[in-house]
Amino acid sequence: MHDLQCESLVKRFGAYTAVNSVSFNVPRGSFFSILGPSGCGKTTLMRMIAGFEAPSSGDIRIKGKSVLSTPPNKRPVKMVFQHLALFPMMNVGENIAYGLRCRGENKADIGGKVARVLDRVGLPGTEHKQVSQLSGGQKQRIAIARCMVLEPDVLLLDEPLGALDLKLRERMKIELKQLQHQFETTFLYITHDQSEALLMSDNVAVMNAGQFEQIGSPQELYNNPKTGFVAGFVGDSNRWSGRVVSLSEGKVRVAIDGGGEVTALAGDNRIAAGGSVEVFVRPEAISIGGGRDEVLGGTVESLLFNGASSRILVRMDNGHLVEVGQAVMDGSVTVSPGEKVQICWSQLHGRAFTTAR
Amino acid sequence: MNVAAPQSPFLQWLYRGYMLAFLAYLAAPLFAAGMFAFNDSMFPALPWNGFTLDWFFSSTEPKIGMFHDRRLLRGLENSLYIGVLVSALAVAAGTCNAFLFERKQFPGKNVFYILMIVPLVIPGVILGISILVFASMIANGLEETFGIEWDFLRPGLFLVILGQFSFLTTITSLVIAARLRKFDISLEEAALNLGATRLRVLMTVTLPYLMPALFSAFVVAFLVSFENFNTTLMLVGSDAPLTITMYDRMVKVGSTPVLNAVSFFLMVGSGMLALLSVVVQKKDEPAT
Amino acid sequence: MARTDVGKLSFILLFAPFALWIALLIILPQLGIGYISLREKVGPGEYTFGFSNYVAFLSEPIYWNTLLRTAWMSILVTAMALAVGFPVAYYIAKIAQRRSRAALFLMCLIPLWVSDLVRAFGWIVILRETGLVSSLLQKIGLVSGPVELLYNDATVVMGLVYTVVLFMIVPLVSTLDGMDNSLIEAGYNLGGSRLTVFRRIVVPYAMPGIVAGCIIVFMLTAGSYLTPILLGGKNSMWFTEQIYEQFVTRYNWESGATFGVLLLVFTSFVVWLGLRLTGQSLASTVAKD
Repeated sequence: MHDLQCESLVKRFGAYTAVNSVSFNVPRGSFFSILGPSGCGKTTLMRMIAGFEAPSSGDIRIKGKSVLSTPPNKRPVKMVFQHLALFPMMNVGENIAYGLRCRGENKADIGGKVARVLDRVGLPGTEHKQVSQLSGGQKQRIAIARCMVLEPDVLLLDEPLGALDLKLRERMKIELKQLQHQFETTFLYITHDQSEALLMSDNVAVMNAGQFEQIGSPQELYNNPKTGFVAGFVGDSNRWSGRVVSLSEGKVRVAIDGGGEVTALAGDNRIAAGGSVEVFVRPEAISIGGGRDEVLGGTVESLLFNGASSRILVRMDNGHLVEVGQAVMDGSVTVSPGEKVQICWSQLHGRAFTTAR
Repeated sequence: MNVAAPQSPFLQWLYRGYMLAFLAYLAAPLFAAGMFAFNDSMFPALPWNGFTLDWFFSSTEPKIGMFHDRRLLRGLENSLYIGVLVSALAVAAGTCNAFLFERKQFPGKNVFYILMIVPLVIPGVILGISILVFASMIANGLEETFGIEWDFLRPGLFLVILGQFSFLTTITSLVIAARLRKFDISLEEAALNLGATRLRVLMTVTLPYLMPALFSAFVVAFLVSFENFNTTLMLVGSDAPLTITMYDRMVKVGSTPVLNAVSFFLMVGSGMLALLSVVVQKKDEPAT
Repeated sequence: MARTDVGKLSFILLFAPFALWIALLIILPQLGIGYISLREKVGPGEYTFGFSNYVAFLSEPIYWNTLLRTAWMSILVTAMALAVGFPVAYYIAKIAQRRSRAALFLMCLIPLWVSDLVRAFGWIVILRETGLVSSLLQKIGLVSGPVELLYNDATVVMGLVYTVVLFMIVPLVSTLDGMDNSLIEAGYNLGGSRLTVFRRIVVPYAMPGIVAGCIIVFMLTAGSYLTPILLGGKNSMWFTEQIYEQFVTRYNWESGATFGVLLLVFTSFVVWLGLRLTGQSLASTVAKD
């Protein structure tokens, strides 16, 4: 059973197509993210689901029923806004009670429900606080509580962590996931930050230029990207462009621009000999030294220490700069800038995608 | 170090002196006008004959205090009546204009926007005569063709209100639009998303947000209406507001300390109102 | 769709009051005085149309001299208000400490809330023959008899500057306030002298405020009535006074309307010229809250 279904949704603003034939289903109780760079149409998509924009064509169904003719204030989807949009002229309790009052519920019920939801988000007894007295994380939870008290079918979240500082953002990611689990409500989360999407979601849709590139679990997207855009956008990657030399059994031999040849898995079925491709290899798949099937030579340019995600920058003989991530700082490999080194990785970790050139 | 300030101590000292002189210049006539309200003399002039409150409260000739001067009180009453009415109207119209120009897109918007500002730069005297002329043309036309007498189109309270409304609306529109521009539209969307009807959104979210601006627009309009002279002079009938009454008194009777008393009263009154509006805006600031 | 209908309806509801206001209280009345100014009374209830009122204006030197004098003095007042107000605005926006800034600004605004009439009355009390200055001068012994300081052009200009200088300071403070001190620092850092920094950085930055202030001040001065009459007396020769006289004293609406049109056209022309010369627009200056 699906809580939210979108079918061939299109939104045009004049000649510009913001959302181009997007279809997806969100299963009940799951955490679904839409990940894409700014301007890819994800906000427009969300605003159509909330009812603030009318789609040019296509259908939106919630619990199987089309909501296209339902005005925004009657839809069973609630939204957490980018800057939260807590009402500054009301205190916490009034903010949360707002939707219940609109429904015309009686005072006693409202009081009880507000208290209960505040309890669930871990801020019991804060009804009479002013919004301005709350910290960033608390505001976040109030914004969610304000929606959840209405028991929506779907909760939309429009980059709600964007305004928070880095430390708090890390904590809120985990907290959001827990809240979703606790409320057992379907969350539709929009973000341009891939780490947020990967960490929290059951499923992620990667959106680019108004279209979905790929829908899948975070692991699938990371390990098995279907397009060059997904390979480049999800996680870090080294990326080299080149030309296909030969193709056999799903493996491509690519001559990299500037010199050198590597073999990688064919990422799509449009790859043909002589065509232009981009090869993606993740830094953590590359290590210093030899011993694996792909080996290239280069010179260490600098060491970038960043704890678990430390990197070595290697200038390859063909002029490209490569980030090397594996076994960098565990002491087993000691290199210093200027040193001649070899870098290597397994063929299975390289992936080639056709580029339009 | 403040690079914007002059660096030599002499120049700094000179600059401060200039500021003091300027403030003295600002205060001088207000001080003079207020001071003689308390002088126990028949003329607002030196010598100082001792402190008195007669010019406010005395009820005997020849010193009739302002609170016993029937014509001045009548003028004050008219001023209050006009001020409250015209400010309320101007705030209502200004709110509409603010929404029109901040929320709606329509062809010719820039031209209309300039039209909205224009009343502020038309000299008040001309606004006054043009409305007088126009209203009289309509009144004469009605009288000649239909034999209807619409007296409210002749100089009087109604025309004064129209005349003041014509330029106060620009002021209130600008004040309210400035606040509306800062409004985060997602607050309205959030309310809508939580199930509120459009009307409810307006009443519970947008208008409460605009409240400080509505209030200060009202105060500004009221004060400007209260002290307006040029437009009012052309449109006034038998019910003259306070400034016109004072002017008449000044020209016909000459200045007496009762005018100083009225001046003092006006200064204190409008000062307090202005202060109130500042306080309301200040109080609101941290929340936004 | 239903939603666009709601949008259209609310647009009409918002536009209607605006249209009524502008049409009935601004445009039609202005056309009305334009119309009246073109008409000449030849008998009871009989009129002819033509430019005779304008010809009458031009052929009577006292009229157009008054207009020119009003314009010239208004420009003088505007220039003086700028000269007096700019240092004050600069001090408030750039030099005063955070806390005293608000207080200073408020102090500058106080006279704004007091009626023209009260302010003019205050000056009368100070400057007339039996006024404060005259008495003080006599007491010190600088002069032997009473001195009349009212009813001369210098006093009128001084009084007008007093009345309008605040409208110069307010827009100046709000533009100068937006200027980052680092602009001035950068100016010095790049080798500018005090004068060049002021001329090349501060003044251009403040230009919208200067223009806005000048427009408001000029219009207010040219349209002012009380201050020139009360401080200048019967000989003040102010144009609004002529308009009032034609309308109220002589009951000659035709020529009063003509004067009104002329004042409006003339002041609009000066404002237009000012905007043209400085490359600003009305919306970008006056309406900048």
